Amino acid sequence: MTDVQARIDPEFTGLPLRELADAALTQATALGAQHADFRAERIRSQYIGLSDANPQTLFDADDTGLAVRVIVDGTWGFASTVDLNPDAAAQAARQAVEVAKVAAAMNTEPIELAPEPGYGEVTWVSDYEVDPFTVTVADKVALLAAWSSSLLAHPAVSHVDASLNQVRECKFYSDGTTTATQQRVRLNPSVTAVAVTDDGRFDDMQTLAPPAGRGYEYLGGTGWDFAAELAELPELLAAKLAAPTVRPGRYDLVIDPSNLWLVIHESVGHATELDRALGYEAAYAGTSFATPDKLGTLRYGSEVMHVTGDRTTEHGLATIGYDDEGVAGQAWDLISGGTLVGYQLDRRMAQRCGFGRSNGCAFSDGPNHIPLQRMANVSLRPAPAGGPSLDDLIAGVDDGIYVAGDKSWSIDMQRYNFQFTGQRFFAIKNGRLAGQLRDVAYQATTTDFWGSMEAVGGPQTYLLGGAFNCGKGQPGQVAPVSHGCPAVLMRGVRILNTAQEGAS
Amino acid sequence: MTPQQTVELALAAARGDGCVVIAEETSGANLRWADNTLTTNGVSRSRQLTVIAIDRRADGAAVGVVSRAGVRPEQVEELVREAEHEAGQGTPAEDAAELTGAGNHRSFCKNEDNGEERSGRPATTGASWDDNPSLTGIGVLRDFAVALGDTLRAARGAGRRLYGFAEHDMTSTFLGTSAGLRLRHDQPTGRVELNAKSDDLARSAWTAVATRDFTDVDIAGLADGLRERLGWARRSVELPPGRYETLLPPSAVSDMLVALYWAAGARDAAEGRTVFSKAGGGTRVGERLCELPVTLSSDPLAAGLGSAPFVIAHASGADSSVFDNGIALRPTSWIQDGSLAALVSSRHSAALAGLPVTPAIGNLTFATSAAGAPTLTEMIASTGRGLLLTSLWYIREVDPQTLLLTGLTRDGVYLVEGGEVVGAVNNFRFNESPVGMLGRMLEVGATVPTLPREWGDYFNRAAMPPVRVEGFNMSSVSQAN
Repeated sequence: MTDVQARIDPEFTGLPLRELADAALTQATALGAQHADFRAERIRSQYIGLSDANPQTLFDADDTGLAVRVIVDGTWGFASTVDLNPDAAAQAARQAVEVAKVAAAMNTEPIELAPEPGYGEVTWVSDYEVDPFTVTVADKVALLAAWSSSLLAHPAVSHVDASLNQVRECKFYSDGTTTATQQRVRLNPSVTAVAVTDDGRFDDMQTLAPPAGRGYEYLGGTGWDFAAELAELPELLAAKLAAPTVRPGRYDLVIDPSNLWLVIHESVGHATELDRALGYEAAYAGTSFATPDKLGTLRYGSEVMHVTGDRTTEHGLATIGYDDEGVAGQAWDLISGGTLVGYQLDRRMAQRCGFGRSNGCAFSDGPNHIPLQRMANVSLRPAPAGGPSLDDLIAGVDDGIYVAGDKSWSIDMQRYNFQFTGQRFFAIKNGRLAGQLRDVAYQATTTDFWGSMEAVGGPQTYLLGGAFNCGKGQPGQVAPVSHGCPAVLMRGVRILNTAQEGAS
Repeated sequence: MTPQQTVELALAAARGDGCVVIAEETSGANLRWADNTLTTNGVSRSRQLTVIAIDRRADGAAVGVVSRAGVRPEQVEELVREAEHEAGQGTPAEDAAELTGAGNHRSFCKNEDNGEERSGRPATTGASWDDNPSLTGIGVLRDFAVALGDTLRAARGAGRRLYGFAEHDMTSTFLGTSAGLRLRHDQPTGRVELNAKSDDLARSAWTAVATRDFTDVDIAGLADGLRERLGWARRSVELPPGRYETLLPPSAVSDMLVALYWAAGARDAAEGRTVFSKAGGGTRVGERLCELPVTLSSDPLAAGLGSAPFVIAHASGADSSVFDNGIALRPTSWIQDGSLAALVSSRHSAALAGLPVTPAIGNLTFATSAAGAPTLTEMIASTGRGLLLTSLWYIREVDPQTLLLTGLTRDGVYLVEGGEVVGAVNNFRFNESPVGMLGRMLEVGATVPTLPREWGDYFNRAAMPPVRVEGFNMSSVSQAN
């Protein structure tokens, strides 16, 4: 056994995975399936929530199951079960074939998959040091309680919510030519301080620490300085409550990567999903203005806009060795010099639209769901070494706003019109920060916004942000995804005052 | 092994100072289509066992919760031990309380406004504790699939494109406590969503229904309704952002009011953190929110909207408590005759807030007590000039102080003039609070079953009226169509 194999959850690798796959694939083939693939998963997750340093929520989940996906006479069929024995695997294969036959009445588009080399027996494990499921709940609660207590000690802080979400995801995939066993680990720590004033106002401020494809070492300071961030949070919150309300209008913005990652996610990540652009999500998640007829010509943004998709970034939440269709992880361009040049693909979309090969974006959030095209890590490239620092970007603004941290977000079903708020907004006067502002939201149309990007910061401003909970598809699925980006300078973005917007 | 046996096995294995076991059997089937053809489908079957162990000591009671799918009989005791281990090393829970037993499950949370003792009959399927779990499968969708195939072919022939989703799920929940309680609930959940677009994709319309068994779904009828809407959109009108008199149909009303319901937690309100907090302390319970005689309520036995008649809590939260598992749920008015009447609470958060115990219930009804409430058609006919919406989308909280929400209009905004729809308007981004909206409601129509479009994945059971709102805040134009 190699070192990599030895790191994978032995309870998962101890399951009769190959026997299950063989039972399912043999049955599917015998019933006439032109394609069949098998997936078994074990997903351990744990959520710990504290309210004012007291434990409030503890939930420890362990999801296992298997899935069989077939193509019968050009129609998909999918079935899953929790029972991990060969009879149940064969039964799932029979059900998947039955589903395909029921569904055939409605199918007019024969399903074909883009070719992918077979990789044989492969193993992949994400990059982490300490499996969070080897750390006791008591230790985790103690750490979150200590963080909470340190904030509650400040007079400005009325309440503290602290939470830690952890996942260890094991996947086994086989289609007869590739058999992949994989494991990845991710964490999402979050602390929010709340201030309530005597006159009935309240506000809060959340840590900017992103969720990460890392182990428990993350909470100890590897990849993020929690101690430093927690130390400054109460004063920032107190200043936010005391800050003046924003005057609506157009402003130059310097946007921190802790806020910008979510704009990339919504206005570029989802807009460059080919299934959306083709209309497969039209009734639910929506479509995209960036349709395939505009590939290579659509002016998405300014010339400093270079966006990549990848499933390979170290500690990325969408990083994987092989996707849920056996396609190896890759990196590719989505936007180059401000022009749309690529899409996120799965094998069906890649074949249908003549891309030749999938770039590996098939993902299912568990054994009970069919894989969909889901988001890769979609990231904005920083300026080369020596590029602008955050201070340099701020120095380029006379009267503007610096935005940090994500909060509220919403975008329309074709990814044109969006509105975001943030954790912290600072006025910029004559190239310098000049205190916080309250009640700020910014609104724009995607191509106008990215077209107004005058400069991207250098590598020293770069941060890998992301989320655990990107939703898509029916039945609904959630996917974890990361977005790296530098700080940026945008000119003339519309700012709203949310207090005025909410006035009756 | 049956889920009932699993519950008994786990409770028998429990050594601690109290134990709650929740065994769930879940099955589902779904079909999805786009551009007049099938896209994905599937059937699923799952089995989940949740063990909540309690460790009582001098300084309180600590809890361990472990939930696992696909547990085999020989693994049940191991799961109980894991939960007990977590409880043993845990710190005392704030919401610690006595567990519910067979004798006292109805004695908690008496609703003083409704002294009548409600029958404890199992909702929905009428199955008793010992009956097999209820299941669904692709067979439930067989007749629907044939009708859908016909409808898709007809649309193709007529130059329209149909998109949508049909889903049927069943969850049988078996709840047992070491205090002797045994309760069962079967929950069917189903829906059909249908979106029609013109061949050039410039016009779009949407409709949906919630269903418990698919016997009442008329897919051809739904498609016919959308054909009329696409017809309305042949004339398009561009309107700027601004505040408009707006008719919200039942689905849009449900999305706004489900968001209000989710923000109506007792604990956060008592802590001064929500729109329902009173300045200087306490909550706004008793305060008038709407001048019209409207009631927002939940009732586990509401006709066609049946939901669990007792608390099922897999984990504690701000306003839920694992200790409350099994407490009987009674009809609850959150807003009564226009005034805030209750906030969602556990026994613990109710005590913190100084309010009666009113746990969350899985359905929501908004209605007026005024006689002769009009239909949407009648409300259109009595409109001088206003907007008629179809649905709302991508709704997110912007400011909890006012419960300001943002989101988009979707799949049909229509201009009504002189009592008639005169054309389709561009989409808007709105910034609007459901609480502010209650204060500006001009008219409330007749309540009908509906499906929240934004929240339907999580909240499926609602009955809502169309409403007329003064000055609905359309903040900017969205180019999406």
